Amino acid sequence: MKCDRCDSEATVQDITIRNGVRIERHLCEQCARQAGLGGQTNVPLAELLTKWVVASGIGAPANPSTPAPARQAPVTECPACRMTWNEFRQVDRLGCPDCYSAFEGQLGPLLERAHEGGFRHSGKVPTRAASRRAAQAKEESGGAVERAQRINTLRKQLDQAVLAEQYERAAALRDEIRRLGDPGTPPTVI
Amino acid sequence: MTSIPPSLSFDSRTEWLRGEGRASDVVMSSRIRLARNLAGCPFPHRGTRVHRQASLQLCKKAILAGNLSPRLIWVDLHDASPLERMLLVERHLISKHHSKSRPSAGPPAAGPDDPRGVAISLPDERVSIMVNEEDHLRIQVIRTGLALSECWKEIDEVDNRLEAALPYAYCPRFGYLTSCPTNVGTGLRMSVMLHLPGLRLTGDIERVKRAAGDMNLAVRGFYGEGSEAAGDFYQLSNQTTLGKSERQVLEELEAQIIPKVVEYERVARRTIATKRLAAVEDQVYRALGILTQARLISAEEAMQLLSHLRLGVVLGIIKQIDQSLVNHLMLLVQPAHLQRVLGREMDQDQRRIARGDLLRTKLAR
Repeated sequence: MKCDRCDSEATVQDITIRNGVRIERHLCEQCARQAGLGGQTNVPLAELLTKWVVASGIGAPANPSTPAPARQAPVTECPACRMTWNEFRQVDRLGCPDCYSAFEGQLGPLLERAHEGGFRHSGKVPTRAASRRAAQAKEESGGAVERAQRINTLRKQLDQAVLAEQYERAAALRDEIRRLGDPGTPPTVI
Repeated sequence: MTSIPPSLSFDSRTEWLRGEGRASDVVMSSRIRLARNLAGCPFPHRGTRVHRQASLQLCKKAILAGNLSPRLIWVDLHDASPLERMLLVERHLISKHHSKSRPSAGPPAAGPDDPRGVAISLPDERVSIMVNEEDHLRIQVIRTGLALSECWKEIDEVDNRLEAALPYAYCPRFGYLTSCPTNVGTGLRMSVMLHLPGLRLTGDIERVKRAAGDMNLAVRGFYGEGSEAAGDFYQLSNQTTLGKSERQVLEELEAQIIPKVVEYERVARRTIATKRLAAVEDQVYRALGILTQARLISAEEAMQLLSHLRLGVVLGIIKQIDQSLVNHLMLLVQPAHLQRVLGREMDQDQRRIARGDLLRTKLAR
């Protein structure tokens, strides 16, 4: 098909609907540019997509080692040492131990790529951290055992109260059992 | 003349140079290092000189009070001469990066050298601890032959003792927090120094290197990162530190991967010893000939020839020389060692002459 304006081959088709009327134009590349159409016909689709994705912050750059464009970089900085994410990408070294929590979100994917998909520590735990964790676990499990024992006792008291027709006391005991979060408490008909 | 302090005089009791232990025909040494940092303190590259002075004092105190080894010496690297620093690099006790002069930032512009140091266990040189390198602490244990389990046992204990005195930077998700995220997690680098002349001669070395790469292992030269595989020596080490425990890495390397590489090298050596014995003998005797006759020799040439000689010793072609002597010579031909042995500073040409003299003397029957 020939260009509407010259004898060259038309490569751009422009369809506009104006006031319900369909206007179709067939133009060559040069005339299309003059008409303000197809200005980006030479830009590969992949490049356009990449630019769009990067600009909108939807995806990370394909190559992890390529520093992200400045506009995409998060503005966050480590509250302890003031290192920014951009600075880190330039030197490949974090500023202080607190940087790990400050940049946790950004670091995750990067670490996974560097460590065969590893994203969580597995292995040795410093004695201090281990004893802290053990104390915490003990406290948690100790609390759970204690709670279970308390619920058991309350249930017995509840049964006795129902048998003794002490309904007010029974209602209070039921509420207490529910408060302790016992999912197994059967609905008591009082 | 640069004098070497008496504290830095090493003798021949260096553990990893013994040429003994499991698979020592192929595995020259095993090494483990752990990267550790102090909680609440900027990493060395980020902190001020005051920060680095504080971390140095804190770590030095803990190291010297930690009863880590029967005899432990401390070297303030910022006060050490360039020759002393080079000597420690050649002995694999500090990294090249740690040896380099680094003026502290801030006024005055060319300030004094950054505060940093190293502790070394003597006389075995098995344990060394760098302070204020890339991380506040870089603990290393190095042993002869394939001995990663033994290295782990020892370094784990050293680490526990230091942790009792120092607040380590650690979090449950990321493990031990390190300056470079490639070390975070266990902070562990497990490596073995392999002598693989057989695989080079059969042409299989590239395949082994590719396979190591596929298993996410790093292949480096005699002097670690960025160094060439001088004399067919290759360091093979793990790269993954997050999500894989120390036990897993140890199991993979010591029980699976390294024994396989050792076996490949032994098969290659057997193959060349049966099919190409004359060629191997020729290479070994030529090496011995040059080493015992040369008047001028570079460190690179000496390393390559000592590698051939080592193969000859291991294959039983050369009987009057033992592996330990060859290992020691590999260090003695290095520039700083040569200057230390002769007790004076020398330029490159003088060293070539001195190296020839030294090799002739040491290898004379």
